[in-house]
Amino acid sequence: MELCSEEAVRLVWEGAIPLQIHLHESEVTTLPPPPPVLILGPRIGYLPLLVTVIKPHFNDTLPPGVDSVWFDYKGLPLKWYIPTGVLFDLLCAEPERPWNLTVHFRGHPGEILTPCGGEDPVKWSFINSLKEAAYIINGNCKNVMNMSQTDQSELWQSLAKGNMESYTRVSSRLKLGPYGEDAVMRMSTGRIPIRLYLRILGEDVDDLEDVTTIDSWDSISYINRPVEIHNEEGHYITFRSAMRTLLPEFFDDEASAFDHVLVPRGDYEIDDGIENTEATATDFVSTKSQSPKKVNEIKLIRIQGIEVDLDIPFFWMVNNLKNPEHFLHICVFMVPALNPA
Amino acid sequence: MGDQSICDGSLSADDFYVAAKSLCELWQSANTSLPNWTWIPFKRIPTGISCNEGYLSLENVFHVKSSKELVSSQDLFQEEQTVDSATVVQVPSSVIHAYDFHIIYSFSYRNPVLYFHGHKYDGQPLALDDIQEDLPEYSLKLIRESKWTFITFEEHPYLHQPWYMLHPCGTSEWMKLLIGGALHGNPYPANYLVSWLSVVGQAVGLRVPSSLTSSCFNDASSSSIGPSL
Repeated sequence: MELCSEEAVRLVWEGAIPLQIHLHESEVTTLPPPPPVLILGPRIGYLPLLVTVIKPHFNDTLPPGVDSVWFDYKGLPLKWYIPTGVLFDLLCAEPERPWNLTVHFRGHPGEILTPCGGEDPVKWSFINSLKEAAYIINGNCKNVMNMSQTDQSELWQSLAKGNMESYTRVSSRLKLGPYGEDAVMRMSTGRIPIRLYLRILGEDVDDLEDVTTIDSWDSISYINRPVEIHNEEGHYITFRSAMRTLLPEFFDDEASAFDHVLVPRGDYEIDDGIENTEATATDFVSTKSQSPKKVNEIKLIRIQGIEVDLDIPFFWMVNNLKNPEHFLHICVFMVPALNPA
Repeated sequence: MGDQSICDGSLSADDFYVAAKSLCELWQSANTSLPNWTWIPFKRIPTGISCNEGYLSLENVFHVKSSKELVSSQDLFQEEQTVDSATVVQVPSSVIHAYDFHIIYSFSYRNPVLYFHGHKYDGQPLALDDIQEDLPEYSLKLIRESKWTFITFEEHPYLHQPWYMLHPCGTSEWMKLLIGGALHGNPYPANYLVSWLSVVGQAVGLRVPSSLTSSCFNDASSSSIGPSL
């Protein structure tokens, strides 16, 4: 069965969030105030990389001073080292299009956010994440540390420009994937890089529109922890099994053999517009249909804008939906139990 | 699992808890004038099942300009008192920097990681340039020569604020050498953090009391092992 899909990866690379960027009112010194900028933010990119395009629109109206750029969404300062797509999936329970953000060039909140003066901090953050992923997968980061300056530069530029072919050419030399039948056996550590963002909703809501926006990053539990795969589990472990290793208390049904029974009906096909549709494992005949009692209820799980089904093969998900630094970013919306156990 | 860790210098999350508790006890009984390490329990998932999750904290350690190592507040005042009253030399508060250190477990690297930050006497946070003035010479050398950043400014995994961090890549390699050589009769993982801190501490001027290190290395030679990051 096909665990890699170039088409899926391309759709991820081409995915973008329509953004409407407003300059913060305290930094508008001219009348009339400048209109907001409409721009596409690549899902796999980072907000500071958009500043060179945004700034010219606001240059003439900025107060004197040194630039220290930062963004906020409804008052929440945005962490620039989190990919744009992940920020959107996490902070907009009900997707808002365009996504209205505010840009600031002054008054950086240094006690909450590390500063980002340009492209370099973003590049280093990216390279460090790549090193971390390499360490998780191989047990060392030699392949990344030994990259030539040229390769490193090309890798970063390809990401910044959204050039998938050029990126794949350099990154394939790092040998960090893909996961599949043979690769499982070859994996040195059996560990897969995951970054999980757990958003605990205040109360159960039927409609995502009713979810209140968060005002502090303390409302998000960030779990940077690899999933460990043991070879005896086989090649087609489900996403559910993987999630159970990270959040065991949210999947308190007994681990059943049915987690691994998937009868594929041909290759897994993707619809166009993968970003907006629910990708369900309709091509699989699952023999499991029990509804487990959960103490805390998972409302929804979003990866690259897709509301994912728990029965999707985990390796397919990782190979095709991961970000370029080889981390799979998972946004989980959860309602806590009324009577915690 | 313990055997594998001994071989490769890494540490499981459960072992980190054991090592952390051990460090707190050993440090306290060493009777150093430095404040004690404290275990701060902290759950990343608020509604999750209780487990031994948290980090180690050592706060309010002071650096005085031109001194080699970090001292406690008691040591600061003692320095003033021992001076001849005829030539009272006050330590200007402008040269006193206060540091906090946290030791946090990294699931990715399967190692502890040192996070730290500092403040001037008036409460103003220290920038990296200020901190570099306090660091021992070989740390500065590493910062200058290392192709990869040695100290980075990162989000604290629990407190969600920017803290400085010593990069963990390579830790397992030298821990493998350190522990492997001093293994005989030494309980693992209880002494992991003492060994680790004896190296990492040197990079930031935090001295591990010799009574701790000698109890860990009682069979092997106790020659100091410099950081080879």
